[in-house]
Amino acid sequence: MEILDKIHAGDVRAVARAISMVENGDAEAERILSGINAHTGRALVLGLTGPPGSGKSALADRLILCERRRNRKVAVIAVDPSSPFSGGALLGDRLRMQEHATDPDVFIRSMASRGHLGGIARSTGDTVRVLDAAGYDTIIIETVGVGQAEVEIATLSDIVLLVLVPGTGDDIQMMKAGIMEIGDIFVINKMDLAGADRLKTEVEYVLNLGYRDKTREKRPVVMVSALADEGVAELHETVHATFERMAETGLLVERRKRRHEQEQRGETPW
Amino acid sequence: MREKRGTVMKEAKIRILIAKPGLDGHDRGAKYVARALKDAGYEVIYTGIRQTPESIVRTAIQEDVHFIGLSLLSGAHRELFPMVVDLLRESGVGDIVVFGGGIIPSSDIPFLEERGVQAVFGPGTPISDVIQFIESHRRPAQRDGNPR
Repeated sequence: MEILDKIHAGDVRAVARAISMVENGDAEAERILSGINAHTGRALVLGLTGPPGSGKSALADRLILCERRRNRKVAVIAVDPSSPFSGGALLGDRLRMQEHATDPDVFIRSMASRGHLGGIARSTGDTVRVLDAAGYDTIIIETVGVGQAEVEIATLSDIVLLVLVPGTGDDIQMMKAGIMEIGDIFVINKMDLAGADRLKTEVEYVLNLGYRDKTREKRPVVMVSALADEGVAELHETVHATFERMAETGLLVERRKRRHEQEQRGETPW
Repeated sequence: MREKRGTVMKEAKIRILIAKPGLDGHDRGAKYVARALKDAGYEVIYTGIRQTPESIVRTAIQEDVHFIGLSLLSGAHRELFPMVVDLLRESGVGDIVVFGGGIIPSSDIPFLEERGVQAVFGPGTPISDVIQFIESHRRPAQRDGNPR
């Protein structure tokens, strides 16, 4: 199939068109997805999640730059909500990343949730596979701004970055079930704001409380200011160090295997 | 375009890019149109101010949009609007429909239309005119719910 060759060659128009087909549940999408199966599983998939306005898009913008400095090709899937009333959507995440619009090695795609709950769209997972097949080294998935229970991003990502900001609640909020359980790296953004240090202490305190965490790798808590570009380089180092450790310990293979099995069965665990 | 609450949206959505080329920062009009089109059921990608024709065209390709709405209030529309249209054609996506708005003297509209800008909506245009334009310029395949 011609479009498959183009996707594998990294042709931007073909990739963009294929994503639309996947999103629209087109008949050809099935053929494309089964055709690219063998080519996927190479990219580092980063999930970026957190409350609305916590700075996910601004952080994605900075992380793109860090990845480009390592000469890695980057794709971003930026999910925003569809209106339950009109079905329309205002997709405004890429506004923060437009600096990279003309970089041929950066591909940014805005995606409406189209009625899917859980922080991503129904077709986000298949879009990751298309971008992986197209040769992007890193794929960043930015979720809809989430609250407590939207954890589906964990099923698609190698590493989940949970972006938190000061002023959104005390340690009890952080002990609750939900998004606090899926973070592999905790990012305290807007570190210049009052309460940022305290938030970091609270997150670390809560992470140390969990008995489950003893069997799990210690999860880093990193303070940044995406806007002022402070701490982002350190965060980027942490991401790659975490990825390497996951590869060494076998956790990465385990996660990807689980993801693959879920894809085969066509289900999500939550 | 309207759908029932809670239904799974599976049909092809019309995607529209709203962008501001040039150097002026007056984005109220662009934001108004972007929001109104969202309320009309379209998926609107908003890039913000100070975009170059190249960044607009590359964004349109990556986002696989059907329409681009350009807003400009600084007077550079005679240069920048045609540059976007030409660059789309050179990039093999000349089928994307371009419309414009902002402060555009009516005497410039025939020139812009000749250069491939398919409609110009000035201040005070009812949003229903824009919606009507979109509905009459979407390709027949999209009407059947199939992507192009």
